[in-house]
Amino acid sequence: MIEAPSVSYTGLSPILFVLGAALVGVLVEAFVPRRQRWGTQLVVALGGMLGALVSVALIAGKQELTISRAVAVDGPALFLEGTLALLGVLAILLLAERSPDMGGSAFVAQAAVPAGTALDRQLATQARTQTEVFPLASFALGGMMIFAAANNLLVMFVALEVLSLPLYLLAGLARRRRLLSQEAALKYFLLGAFTSAFFLYGLALIYGYAGTVDLRGIFDQAAGTEKSDALFVIGLAMLLVGLLFKAGVAPFHTWTPDVYQGAPTSVTAFMAACTKVAAFGAILRVLYVGFGNSEWTWRPVLYGVAIVTLIVGSVLALTQTDVKRMLAYSSIAHAGFILTGTIANSQAGLSSTMFYLLTYGLTTIGSFAVVMLVRDADGEAGHLSQWAGLAKRSPLVAGVFSLFLLALAGIPLTSGFTGKFVVFRAALDAGAGPLVVIALLASAVAAFFYIRVIVLMYFSEPADDGPTVAVPGMLTTISLAIAAAATVLLGVAPGAVLDLANQAAQFVG
Amino acid sequence: MSTLLLVTLLLPLAGGVVVAGLPGERQLLAKQLTLAISLVVLVLTLVMAVGFDPGGERFQFASSYTWIADFGVRFALGVDGIAVVLIALIGVLVPVVVAASWNDEPTGGRSMKAFFAWLLVLETMMIGVFAATDVFLFYVFFEVMLVPMYFLIGSFGGPRRQYAAVKFFLYSLLGGLIMLASVIGLFVVSNNQLGEGTFAFDALRQLEITPGTQKLLFLGFFIAFAIKAPLVPFHTWLPDAGAEAPIGGAVLLVGVLDKVGTFGFLRYCLPLFPDASRFFAPLAIVLSVVGIFYGALLAMGQSDMKRLLAYTSIAHFGFIGLGVFAFTSQAGTGAVLYMVNHGISTGALFLIVGILINRGGSRLISDYGGMARVTPLLAGAFLIAGLSSLGLPGTNSFVSEFLVLIGSFTTQPVFAIIATVGIILAALYILQMYQRTMHGPESLTNPRLRKARDLDKRELATLSPLIALIIVLGVYPKPVLDIITPAVEATMVDLGATDPAPTVAEEGTR
Repeated sequence: MIEAPSVSYTGLSPILFVLGAALVGVLVEAFVPRRQRWGTQLVVALGGMLGALVSVALIAGKQELTISRAVAVDGPALFLEGTLALLGVLAILLLAERSPDMGGSAFVAQAAVPAGTALDRQLATQARTQTEVFPLASFALGGMMIFAAANNLLVMFVALEVLSLPLYLLAGLARRRRLLSQEAALKYFLLGAFTSAFFLYGLALIYGYAGTVDLRGIFDQAAGTEKSDALFVIGLAMLLVGLLFKAGVAPFHTWTPDVYQGAPTSVTAFMAACTKVAAFGAILRVLYVGFGNSEWTWRPVLYGVAIVTLIVGSVLALTQTDVKRMLAYSSIAHAGFILTGTIANSQAGLSSTMFYLLTYGLTTIGSFAVVMLVRDADGEAGHLSQWAGLAKRSPLVAGVFSLFLLALAGIPLTSGFTGKFVVFRAALDAGAGPLVVIALLASAVAAFFYIRVIVLMYFSEPADDGPTVAVPGMLTTISLAIAAAATVLLGVAPGAVLDLANQAAQFVG
Repeated sequence: MSTLLLVTLLLPLAGGVVVAGLPGERQLLAKQLTLAISLVVLVLTLVMAVGFDPGGERFQFASSYTWIADFGVRFALGVDGIAVVLIALIGVLVPVVVAASWNDEPTGGRSMKAFFAWLLVLETMMIGVFAATDVFLFYVFFEVMLVPMYFLIGSFGGPRRQYAAVKFFLYSLLGGLIMLASVIGLFVVSNNQLGEGTFAFDALRQLEITPGTQKLLFLGFFIAFAIKAPLVPFHTWLPDAGAEAPIGGAVLLVGVLDKVGTFGFLRYCLPLFPDASRFFAPLAIVLSVVGIFYGALLAMGQSDMKRLLAYTSIAHFGFIGLGVFAFTSQAGTGAVLYMVNHGISTGALFLIVGILINRGGSRLISDYGGMARVTPLLAGAFLIAGLSSLGLPGTNSFVSEFLVLIGSFTTQPVFAIIATVGIILAALYILQMYQRTMHGPESLTNPRLRKARDLDKRELATLSPLIALIIVLGVYPKPVLDIITPAVEATMVDLGATDPAPTVAEEGTR
């Protein structure tokens, strides 16, 4: 007879809140009249995430493994769950935006209608919106939380699927430029499915080696055995392929620009910020808990991967002419910076990586929110040339975007600098001096394309038929304001949050 | 704890925020407010310079507040004799720049309000970079300083301002990022030695860093400062930025911002990494001396007056670099005095060239000629500032150049002798420019120059303080030298350098 494992409901409450909200969302979709759905869904989704945020605050400091050691409730898990919930709130506010000035909802009313047909054109003119995006986003966020907290490779795989499937769907739901959006969704799905298989195969090989999927069990098995390392090394490599793909790390990054560009911008914001947090959360846990004693297998590889990522991200971003693609390559470069902290394999590496994820997520959501505001008759004005002279038309939006760009470039007094500082400090302390120098040179290259946008906005003459800057709806305004305030605050007075990250940097198990 | 320095630091920033917040049509009020604030700051900096006790503590007017505990970072301010004179220089130059930019009309419908707001923000950053006694805080000011200057050049500069602004920003940022690696490295070293990481200058000075590590950390700082100063071959951004910046921006860029580089050598490279400094001194001296000639030769070849002045500055920074890395207190004192004097005389030259460009609408030397007959006052000011720039005895620059050369002769005789030849070249490029624009046949290409106005009251008021300083410091530099000397001597003690020859000459000049 199988005994039911004990479940720590308080420890899991952040995850339960979000998944609960997702389930309620499905019911709302089925039973609440269409008229009231949007408002109800927004309240339910926000309620779930805020509930998660509050429960993270309440149970902070808890250290336990629950459901037969499958899910960890510890500092890193809770810190990342809190980060995800906070970023989720900001992203939901953007997803919910449907102010007419910003072109109404960004989502297609009926995704199944083929693009370009008569019915499609008819739908495009209607104000009808679809509200499945809320439960989908909640499911994805719940999956991400489990992904970052899973102490067991099998649970991690399930979480990977739970977070991925809704994202594939969300990416294809754009109301405008639907073919581009659907192409992005398909590309993301195919590549994502492929790497899921990698992850699963790696998991199987590791199981073959260690006889367990429990991270601690793998750790114990890897210590001082006479067994052949072939299964172990190949299995770890395959696991890493799956994880690095989700994190958008080169050479597994090729999906990023296309998907970021094609997906509705609010979804891109959600994906860029939250997926990265979850993926790095899982990478940290797998490497530090499961493979912390065999760093000779993964550290040199990740060292090289980080260098490749930094170079690919920052150099390719130079050639981009589309804002969203540029931000996509910038996110690849940032994955490289985060890896720089991760490879330290120390407590400082853990806390700095988590801090960086928070700062990066907030700034990224903010930047994509600004991208949503700059529009012409055809929807968002993605091409950089259309951004020329924006500061004259709307000094405030240009100023806020400049702030985000300076933060992404890592200029002091912004959150981006603090984040870079902590990861570089961790890396230098772990003896990765050359990598730090390469990362700093990459940030100099990266600064060029961020600065270029500021030059365009401030020093160029505006085009005659340039885009207008939409007056942001209330929800977008809130989201932007929080992101901008956090970007400044974490740059000027990061002490409290740094302390929090330091205290949280202790894995259980 | 003294709050005078803190107030001096924060006042311009607060003023900048207020000016930026003024409604768009209140341009006049913005100017008046900016001028008033910069004058108050001038008074405060002078109070500090007068109240500075040369025989007292190394860092005076110090204050320190916890900022980011996790990094051991403190918001720590304090000035030594070197910093206090440079801050006084900032105090003098900013009101001058405000007055000089009073009637500027920006291109493309931009408002001068933004110019003055950025100017005040820049003043805070400039003061902060000299006043910080915490390496992290210094780094923050060093980097953030770029942002206001970037907007000053990019929004209010000449035709190629975008290119120049980006080039300026990226060069400096690259240097800054390389320095960041060393800053973090210092933290790691202090963490290993002291048990807790710190950025406090006084604590870092006490560290015993192994020579290998010292060299790496030194290089990070050195490259950043060499780009900032700039030394050849890191200089290519300066002619572009100097030429395209608005006149007011150019005065501060060349007069103050570049001094951060040479100041950084003295404040951070020498005391923190004495062994590495000695190891790399020959390299730095060679680069400096090459810069003296390279800057001078290129200055002679320029047809654009602003570019010419930028190249002369590269030559002058060569002298300063030589003085810093000669490792004698005389040469060091001379180098610091040189920083101040260069700010005054090159600042004056930029202002005069700016007035000339205002009259003739061209930056090219060939578009002018015979101006001395039309605008005698302008020509006179030009001559005095020019003579100061070439180091004529009786002007301020002579004192500093002389100190640098005799100070470096005792340790680096060969390079000192070579550098002396640079003075002749300086006479050539300055007098050539003066002669071609002010004397000779009146310009035929530009008839409106024949009716050009001479200096008006505002322009006289802008130039006269600088001209007066050129003469006063040339005749009686003792008060400034008295403040600088102890600080430089303390630096030499940190470095472990002793002056080799008996200092008879020093008695003579002091």
